[in-house]
Amino acid sequence: MKSRVLVVDDDPALAEMLTIVLRGEGFDTAVVGDGTRALPAVRELRPDVVLLDLMLPGMNGIDVCRAIRTESGVPIVMLTAKSDTVDIVLGLESGADDYVVKPFKPKELIARIRARVRRTETEPAEQLAIGDVTIDVPAHQVARAGEPIALTPLEFDLLVALARKPRQVFTREVLLEQVWGYRHAADTRLVNVHVQRLRSKVERDPEHPEVVLTVRGVGYKAGPP
Amino acid sequence: MELAIAWGAVWRRSLQLRVVISTLALSTAVVLVLGFVIQTQIAGNILQAKLDDAQNQIESGAALLERELASVDPNREGAQGELNNALDRLTNSSDASGTPAAGAFRAVLATTAIGANSSVAAGPLEDVPSDLRQSVADGARAVRYGTVDSQGVDVPALMIGQPVRTANGDLEFYLLFPLDSEQRTLGLVQSTLIVGGLVLLLLLAGIASIITRQVVRPVRRAAEIAERFADGHLDERLPVQGEDELARLGESYNEMAGSIQEQIRQLEEFGALQRRFTSDVSHELRTPLTTVRMAADVLYASREELLPALRRSSELLVTELDRFEALLGDLLEISRLDAGVAELGAERTDMHTVVVRAVEHVRGLADETGTPLELELPTGIYADVDPRRVERIVRNLVANAIDHSEAKPVQVVLAADEHAVAVLVRDHGVGLRPGEASLVFNRFWRAEESRARRSGGTGLGLSIAVEDARLHGGWLQAWGVPGEGAVFRLTLPLNEGDVLESSPLPLGPEPDTARRVGTSVPTPPLGFAPVGDGVPAGGAR
Repeated sequence: MKSRVLVVDDDPALAEMLTIVLRGEGFDTAVVGDGTRALPAVRELRPDVVLLDLMLPGMNGIDVCRAIRTESGVPIVMLTAKSDTVDIVLGLESGADDYVVKPFKPKELIARIRARVRRTETEPAEQLAIGDVTIDVPAHQVARAGEPIALTPLEFDLLVALARKPRQVFTREVLLEQVWGYRHAADTRLVNVHVQRLRSKVERDPEHPEVVLTVRGVGYKAGPP
Repeated sequence: MELAIAWGAVWRRSLQLRVVISTLALSTAVVLVLGFVIQTQIAGNILQAKLDDAQNQIESGAALLERELASVDPNREGAQGELNNALDRLTNSSDASGTPAAGAFRAVLATTAIGANSSVAAGPLEDVPSDLRQSVADGARAVRYGTVDSQGVDVPALMIGQPVRTANGDLEFYLLFPLDSEQRTLGLVQSTLIVGGLVLLLLLAGIASIITRQVVRPVRRAAEIAERFADGHLDERLPVQGEDELARLGESYNEMAGSIQEQIRQLEEFGALQRRFTSDVSHELRTPLTTVRMAADVLYASREELLPALRRSSELLVTELDRFEALLGDLLEISRLDAGVAELGAERTDMHTVVVRAVEHVRGLADETGTPLELELPTGIYADVDPRRVERIVRNLVANAIDHSEAKPVQVVLAADEHAVAVLVRDHGVGLRPGEASLVFNRFWRAEESRARRSGGTGLGLSIAVEDARLHGGWLQAWGVPGEGAVFRLTLPLNEGDVLESSPLPLGPEPDTARRVGTSVPTPPLGFAPVGDGVPAGGAR
């Protein structure tokens, strides 16, 4: 079954080119050119990945991103013309999983999209725990003391990567490779922002984390099981 | 000594102090001269009046005595009593007619017999000096100033003497006027003058101080405002009151400040407009460029199916798009750096990892040109830096070195001390010529002889690197000799916000190279300057 990609972009030429490239790579695509129509399209089409341009008429990309996140954990990859820290961090904080800066190479974009949809592989039955947080890997469920916690697929992947090797310290670069699928070094802010988002959901007190610990100067590791 | 220096500093700095002290010095001189003249004048007048009165007194006294003593023989026995009586009468008659104009006096009568033991005298003859007696003995009236004994104290006195004719010879008649009351008067005048003078001086100093203050205060205020203006508080203006010279100064100053502010504002607006334009253009170009890029890549991916000319075209399209993209990215980056919106994402960073990553990024370029890379990268060096920016700087430096190395080895050295970390990139290629020193970090600057630019550099790489270094509070410096190669050294503080003072690595020829060319002192022959202090980094390429 082909993965469905929803392209939200107001530039018709770029949207058409994206469609050509994505179809060539074996994806199904749908295009909406307006921010306000993005959320209904997500509801209706249930895409596997949303490709979202940050500069949109009607409703800007950041708001679209937030709106989608309120009801769906669908992977979102931002397209941005700005590589300013503020814009990217803002985009990631509003719920995007990854981003590509225009102008990007088609291969780069495909790699990002594949990294987000590759999770459909079947996984062995596996139960993990960090402190009182339990992770049911095949069911994609996380709970603390029996209370289920809703995580996006990316946050789930991040938590699982850390929980699978409890004593190992992960550098940001290693996490980028394992969770985001970057072959070579990329923007470590991705990791920082998503660790913050993950903490805000799984930690009792995000200021004093117990599940995802920071190892200063190196990276992150899971808290004691 | 220190006091003298401090005083000198205060003297130079305070106009008010100088005016007050000058006023004080000049008016002291004036008051002294004036006091002296007044005192002399008063003393002279008092003495003259006393003298006139004394002469009148002695004249009338002498006339009286001549009548009374006409028949007295001074040499006879009992003359003493006669003389005493005569003197008493003289004194009494004076008392009877009220206080004599010449004031209190003592009278002396003596027989003219200087040196004779048998001299008969009435009154304190011992107070009369001998030269006065000599003059009187010669038959003339004489005046002397001397001292007389008054209740055991010597007081100055005016002495006047005159011979008095009697039947049996001349008598000496003296009147002694003690001047103690005149002396008191003069003393009073003197102390009055001194006190008055001092008060006058103090008043003058006070007045000078107040007046100077009136002038100096607005000037000081103006100086403060001007300093604040110079510090960038462009809204500072002088308060203007009245229509005097100071108000005019204030108005002119305010006009000047206003026009400067206006010009600065225009320049800033112009600069901001230009920067925003660069930024907007870069942004607006990105979306169509993305489409073109993707289209080109689709063509390129199927180039095997195309005719040779079309195939080559698609290849050129893709490589040139790469350059175009790099240029656009650099333009956007430099416009962001110019606008001052670039942020330093500083974090504890393993410098070894960053430099290795940068080197790996350009290793392909080195392999293509056959340039050996010699790395000297110790591990365990951590610094608070923005890893993306540092990686970009090092990448630019190494790519630049490979470009100009002529396939000779390029060395990359990392080192640190307690305060700073340095990355040094050395090539042994064409080097730098004199005069290129100040140009190497300029935007779009190229060396005159156009060489193959394998890295396809945009011409902005080193300019961005300098700005990135500046953002860290670091230095990026260049050094080179024609034919010997060039050295670029990046120095960054270990902790964010620290001020650099030195670099852990020397910028200059290699130690063994220095020996070979006979240079004992590794002084850079070309100008270079730290980046951190606002001076554009020198050096050349």
